[in-house]
Amino acid sequence: MSNEIEHNAAGAVTEPIADPGLPEHQYRPTDVDPAQERRTERQISFMFGLASLLAVAFCVAYFAIDDNQTFLGWSALNFALGASLGGALLLIGVATVQWAKKLMGDHEIIEMRHPAASSEEDRYAVMKDINAGIEESGFGRRPLIRNSLLGAMGALALPAVVMLRDLGPLPYGHANTVWAKGMRVVNDVSGLPIKPADVEVGQLVNAEPAILFDVDEEGEKVLHGADALAAKAKAAVIMVRMRPEDITPSKGRENWGVDGILCFSKICTHVGCPISLWEQQTHHLLCPCHQSTFDLADNGKVIFGPAHRPLPQLPLGVDSEGYLIAMSDFPEIVAPSYPELARDQKKLGDSA
Amino acid sequence: MSNYEYTDIEKTGLGKKAAGPVGWLDERLGLAGVAKKNLRKVFPEHWSFMLGEIALWSFVVLLLSGVVLTLWFQPSMGEIEYTGSYAPLRGVEMSQAYASTLHISFDIRGGLLMRQIHHWAAALFIAAMIIHMLRVFFTGAYRKPREINWLIGIGLLSMGLVEGFAGYSLPDDLLSGTGLRFVDGLIRSIPIVGSYIEFFIFGGEFPGDVIIPRLYMAHILLIPALLLGLIAAHMLLLVYHKHTQWPGPGRTEKNVVGYPMLPVYAAKAGGFFFIVFGFTALMGALVQINPVWTYGPYNPSEVTAGSQPDWYMGFVEGAVRIMPNWESTFFNYTWSWNVFVPAVLLMGVLFTVLGAWPFVERAITGDKREHHLLERPRNAPVRTAFGVAGMTMYGVFWIAGGNDIIATQFGMSINAITWVCRFAWLLLPIAAFIITKRICIALQRADTERILHGYETGIIERSPDGGFSERHAPLPESAQYTLTTHDRLPVLEAPAETDVNGVAAPHGRAAKLKARARAFYFDGAVDKPTVEDVEHANEHHGEYDGHPAELGEDFLGVSESGIPKSH
Repeated sequence: MSNEIEHNAAGAVTEPIADPGLPEHQYRPTDVDPAQERRTERQISFMFGLASLLAVAFCVAYFAIDDNQTFLGWSALNFALGASLGGALLLIGVATVQWAKKLMGDHEIIEMRHPAASSEEDRYAVMKDINAGIEESGFGRRPLIRNSLLGAMGALALPAVVMLRDLGPLPYGHANTVWAKGMRVVNDVSGLPIKPADVEVGQLVNAEPAILFDVDEEGEKVLHGADALAAKAKAAVIMVRMRPEDITPSKGRENWGVDGILCFSKICTHVGCPISLWEQQTHHLLCPCHQSTFDLADNGKVIFGPAHRPLPQLPLGVDSEGYLIAMSDFPEIVAPSYPELARDQKKLGDSA
Repeated sequence: MSNYEYTDIEKTGLGKKAAGPVGWLDERLGLAGVAKKNLRKVFPEHWSFMLGEIALWSFVVLLLSGVVLTLWFQPSMGEIEYTGSYAPLRGVEMSQAYASTLHISFDIRGGLLMRQIHHWAAALFIAAMIIHMLRVFFTGAYRKPREINWLIGIGLLSMGLVEGFAGYSLPDDLLSGTGLRFVDGLIRSIPIVGSYIEFFIFGGEFPGDVIIPRLYMAHILLIPALLLGLIAAHMLLLVYHKHTQWPGPGRTEKNVVGYPMLPVYAAKAGGFFFIVFGFTALMGALVQINPVWTYGPYNPSEVTAGSQPDWYMGFVEGAVRIMPNWESTFFNYTWSWNVFVPAVLLMGVLFTVLGAWPFVERAITGDKREHHLLERPRNAPVRTAFGVAGMTMYGVFWIAGGNDIIATQFGMSINAITWVCRFAWLLLPIAAFIITKRICIALQRADTERILHGYETGIIERSPDGGFSERHAPLPESAQYTLTTHDRLPVLEAPAETDVNGVAAPHGRAAKLKARARAFYFDGAVDKPTVEDVEHANEHHGEYDGHPAELGEDFLGVSESGIPKSH
């Protein structure tokens, strides 16, 4: 650090140009020309006056304009309220700043700075006071009290942490969805079951498990509210029909489709967006959130983007009435990855 | 300083009427001591000092408009059937949060305006904070004694991002639900404890029925309280340290030159609040933002193409989009690098680097002095280059966050854009670093040139033997002074490899590393001219004997159109 100290000490000598000091004060037109001054005064008070009028205009608009009137294609009320309020505020602001710049005193003032630090004596006195506090309390001399106090304060953290336990249940059920053997695959809007003949080659159908539309004896939905959303967040599927010769099922999946109709999870294995952009020609499915691309003709394999796991496939079958059904729950874990995924996947594989 | 003549206080209306109330208050609060120091406190003037003020005032606008919104908003995920006046959604099942947002937008007069003011002010709040931070960074205003205030600023920015995210999740529309789904995936990617954190935050499986009320609490109570506290600390430290100022004639490390708080800054800053509020109100009136009614209620099986977060989350979005799909399994756990690295880790790294920078720079330069004069970006080439490199990286991530929009708007391949960004996020910042540093050094040279050789007057002279040359004239002394106020470069010394006894120095490796960092930090920077340089240059000016015409004191060169410039 020696060079800094030298530099500071010799600072005055090494500066190539000496400080010429504050420049002479420049007078504004409003300082020297009374006509200008009066004009500026009038301008500023005109702006304040206009602001008052706009505030009144806001109130008039509030009562006079109907909710559904439109102006240039959108809410006339919103436009009138916003324009009058914004105009009033802007005028007050501009007029005030103008007042400060044009008419208020503009002589620059010099204030001296002081180092941020307190004086050495003050610091010394504070240390002494703290020391006095420590000695008088016996904080240092009575380790038994001190340590038991520290222990008690530490122990208080336990209730604080334990209280958080009921924030939510422990993680469960990531591995399973509401799909089960025999559950019908239904249209996600109408809730109607689907026959293989309803799906044309190249078509994509957004579908859901039938349980999301099931009602009990009283006509109430079996799943509703948060339960329905949570179920849907994992069980939503898409069904596509491709020409059977285009499909290259991996081993064990040969009979998971029905006449070229395959069913995949709609939930991206990356961060869980519902995937919906279907390219008929290439059999690619693109996630609109982060562009992970899956090849549905090749077992939902990831061919681009940040997703790692292939899109889980739901084995399809046909029930006695000819409607498409699931032959089991997903054999793979749907939705975004999580730390216990590998373990859960192993369990799923073992139980299958 | 002012030569103004004030009316005797006893003779003014204020002195006669207010003396009583002022006395009454002071006898109870004793505030005159504090007020005396601060009412006429001096603030220096520069347009860039206004950026932080925009952030401050947009926060006040957020508080005001936010309070209005809470009068009607219902933070509940309870399901109801919509019966309000927006016809396309009538009869649709939705959460009360979404229904009440529609109610504010369509059935409360001025409600839509308040929603839009609130959203615009939020976008402005974050933007102003970032630009203010860049101003502080590039001028070195975070240096001692202001490092703690820099950290407070980082805290404000990071909490502002969380606050903004919590806010746009509240309406529970399709877009905000998609944002929450993204955050759910992001939380799950946290190694080992991800699922636990997910279940504790969402109260069970995504989406659950508690996340909106919990975010509401965070959005209107917890984070605003923290923000308010930090803003108070930020302002108190600003008052205590006194504002930094640009160097210039009469403006030194030891003083602060400017206008008093009362009346000039009270009027300017107070007026500026109305300007910021008025601006956001006009934006709310004229430019639509977040039309939640067009998205519909949240449905985990739907998403709109081109879904984007609010602009300030765009860099995380972009990093997530261009991250390769790495995921691995070891110790019986799944590690989702593809989400954890670009989302959680990136934000952590960003704020850590920002927070550590003043201390790293201080360790490199070894500068322990207080600094109250701002540094021009060119006079700290490596700092400036580092900042521009960081901005470039942020920019590449941000572009990557819009890769789908770019692809559809310009008919480009989304895969190609993604692949370019996968390399550009690292290569472009390196290029930006090198280019910026060279530009800074070139500007430093130009400054030296202007000090020593003056400026080009635009007057072409012909010498007796027929040569043409352009006459230079020295800069005004004040301009020359302003250009030479920055620090002289330190003398770089190689650290001693051995101590006095010839034994290898104990901290040899650390010292060497530090010396190398110092050499890197100051490499290529141009030192300002020495006293001898200036004297020599003045002699050179004096030697000149052409003098076709006296230039006169007001003369400032000739403009490109040939007209002499003057004051």
